[in-house]
Amino acid sequence: MKQNIIIIGATSAIAEAVARRYAESGAQLFLVARNNDKLQLIANDLKIRGASAVQTWVMDANDNEAILPMLDAAWNAFNSYDVALIAHGTLPDQARTETDMIYALDQFCTNGDSVIACLTGLAMRFEPQGKGVIAVISSVAGDRGRASNALYGAAKAAINTYASGLRVRLFKSGVHVLLIKPGFVATPMTAKLDLPARLTVTADKVATDIQKAINKRKNVLYTPWFWQWIMLIIRTIPEFLFKKMKL
Amino acid sequence: MANLLSWGRYPRQPQQPHAVNWSEDVPATLSAIAALKQGATLAFGCGRSYGDSCLAESNHVLATSGMNRLLAADWETGIITAEAGLTLSELTRIALPHGWFLSVTPGTQFVTLGGAVANDVHGKNHHVMGTFGCHVSHLTMIRSDEGLVECSPVQRPELFAATVGGLGLTGIILTVTLQLRRVESNEIDQRSIRFDNLDEFFALSKSHDVAHEYTVAWVDCLAKGKNAGRGHFICGNHAPNGQLKPIAPTGLAVPVDLPFSLVNPLSLGLFNTFYYHRQLHKDVASRVNYSSFFYPLDGLRQWNRIYGQAGFQQYQCVIPEQHGADVIRDIMNTIANSGSGSFLAVLKQCGKIPSIGLLSFPLHGVSLALDFPQRDALNIRLFNKLDALVHEAGGRLYPAKDAHISSIHFKQAYPDWSKVEALRDPQLQSQFWKRVTQ
Ligand SMILES: Cc1cc2nc3c(=O)[nH]c(=O)nc-3n(C[C@H](O)[C@H](O)[C@H](O)COP(=O)(O)OP(=O)(O)OC[C@H]3O[C@@H](n4cnc5c(N)ncnc54)[C@H](O)[C@@H]3O)c2cc1C
Ligand SMILES: NC(=O)c1ccc[n+]([C@@H]2O[C@H](COP(=O)([O-])OP(=O)(O)OC[C@H]3O[C@@H](n4cnc5c(N)ncnc54)[C@H](OP(=O)(O)O)[C@@H]3O)[C@@H](O)[C@H]2O)c1
Repeated sequence: MKQNIIIIGATSAIAEAVARRYAESGAQLFLVARNNDKLQLIANDLKIRGASAVQTWVMDANDNEAILPMLDAAWNAFNSYDVALIAHGTLPDQARTETDMIYALDQFCTNGDSVIACLTGLAMRFEPQGKGVIAVISSVAGDRGRASNALYGAAKAAINTYASGLRVRLFKSGVHVLLIKPGFVATPMTAKLDLPARLTVTADKVATDIQKAINKRKNVLYTPWFWQWIMLIIRTIPEFLFKKMKL
Repeated sequence: MANLLSWGRYPRQPQQPHAVNWSEDVPATLSAIAALKQGATLAFGCGRSYGDSCLAESNHVLATSGMNRLLAADWETGIITAEAGLTLSELTRIALPHGWFLSVTPGTQFVTLGGAVANDVHGKNHHVMGTFGCHVSHLTMIRSDEGLVECSPVQRPELFAATVGGLGLTGIILTVTLQLRRVESNEIDQRSIRFDNLDEFFALSKSHDVAHEYTVAWVDCLAKGKNAGRGHFICGNHAPNGQLKPIAPTGLAVPVDLPFSLVNPLSLGLFNTFYYHRQLHKDVASRVNYSSFFYPLDGLRQWNRIYGQAGFQQYQCVIPEQHGADVIRDIMNTIANSGSGSFLAVLKQCGKIPSIGLLSFPLHGVSLALDFPQRDALNIRLFNKLDALVHEAGGRLYPAKDAHISSIHFKQAYPDWSKVEALRDPQLQSQFWKRVTQ
């Protein structure tokens, strides 16, 4: 069955891997990102890989006023959507967030506010459709605040809570909300980090899990699966111990 | 990203990857590595080269595998343009349903287009299709001194000739344009013929190279006396009228580095004897899928780990046609007498089609390839003897597999090395190139 999918943050490595999987089954894609050169490269590639149509739209996710016009264009291009994916994000420099408040709030906007704005806009479009899945990428980092990424984690936690509420709100209408919590993924975002090789997976692996979770209408996806158990342990450590730990 | 090793895991020089997912990131990444002041860098594809030709002087490499998009595909003509990090496996998966296959493929599909160009790889159809580079019509690259450059057989042909088989030294390849070949199915009509000695191999090679696009032979290198030179000759053609479904690679892998080697004289002797006797009849015809025909070793991911911590080396040489039979026999005897060597040697008749590449490996003649567990003294002694035989016959070794050749032998075997050196990007340097040219 030919599906329509809209992706915000389409130049993200994880989003691109997801887009390829849909392209290969002949989907029509509407791709939104801020870098037009990258967007055109991806759009071309997806067409060759089998997408039946690809349209692109340039938008900075922090430009709140651009969201509704973008959605108008998207629903003009293909008149209904089966799947939406929100993937954009940044990994803030935690040390800088500790002394530079403007930077910190700016980063919170990119990872928190702008995602909530996109979720809101998408919900306005999906609800009248009465069908479809809105998927949003959060992170295991949102499950508990850690010193090393408190700001990033806090923005992701905001998404988690918002998505959970939105899921309940949209349930009656038949629209589903999937919250995606990846662990360590080898992408440009993490390229400069020294991630533990054994726990790090490819964007393609995460994309496979995401597509399955969309099809099964899962509520929350930990990817790869073992993060569910790692985070369960991390969440259950009592705070008086946790605050002494270096995680 | 975890540190990288070459396929033979010898010399053990972990490479720190700097991932580039976008062409536009290449200049900045080159500058970032240069700023480390640890020496020159190199592109790193899938790391399917065995020795030190894919290891950078600085041990810092640009990992290109995330640069893997298709830019253009004409399914009428079979001409495609793609980023250099795209693997042959992905390309096949995308092109086969349209009735196209690789014009030339090496014995593994887990190599990138950039790597295939940089080593100007060859396959079992060298005698009819030449090397990979023969089907490449255009390249774009980034050079640290020139920025974006383009080359082709007509546009800056000297740079093109230095880049095809140029061991990644002339620039970071961004995109490759190449010609695919038509197929009607995902299968190969294969014949497997058992032979008892090298004379039979050469006779089979002569008579079957004409009728078959693909030919290769596996020889038991441990067999001595009357069994010496026994093996299997395998040839095939693309089967007509079939399915065009790609074959998904299997998921089996050697999961960890083994602390010791599973490859020892006992396991090898058993394996090789078993392999020789695997078919009851002398001549067996069958239809097999392309994956099991071309990529039998890809069935077990990271099989290189079975050699343990020490790693292994592959010895691959090509001997010019006029001396082929005699010298290959001498080499095989020398190996059998040394008791070293492992699994099966691969013999392949290379054809006459020349490559434009200045350092392209194949010659009209016979190529032999064989793995050796890394044992320092033993390998050095044996390789010295083999090198002398190869050198005397006017043959040469394959840089993609090499970790030992002397500078003298290299320069004589590849007299055009100095032209490549002249066009080398000053910020690119491999451990291999430093070793053989300085
Ligand atoms: C099981 C097995 C079977 C094989 N069979 C064959 C065979 O039949 N025939 C054959 O010819 N070879 C064969 N090989 C060798 C293999 O095909 C080559 O080593 C190939 O070049 C590996 O490609 P790679 O992408 O892994 O490149 P790497 O090994 O990572 O790099 C190889 C070279 O390519 C350069 N390079 C890679 N990408 C770029 C780029 N974007 N720009 C510039 N330079 C670049 C690197 O700098 C390096 O010099 C085999 C290897 C294995 C493991
Ligand atoms: N990689 C991991 O280990 C990991 C783990 C958990 C969660 N995640 C989450 O996964 C998602 C995808 O990240 P990734 O790993 O695929 O990294 P990535 O490739 O770096 O993708 C991040 C994307 O966000 C885009 N972006 C950033 N700010 C933007 C803005 N203001 N407007 C529009 N786009 C913007 C970037 O666009 P440009 O290309 O234009 O810069 C980039 O395409 C993110 O939400 C991330 O937090 C990743």
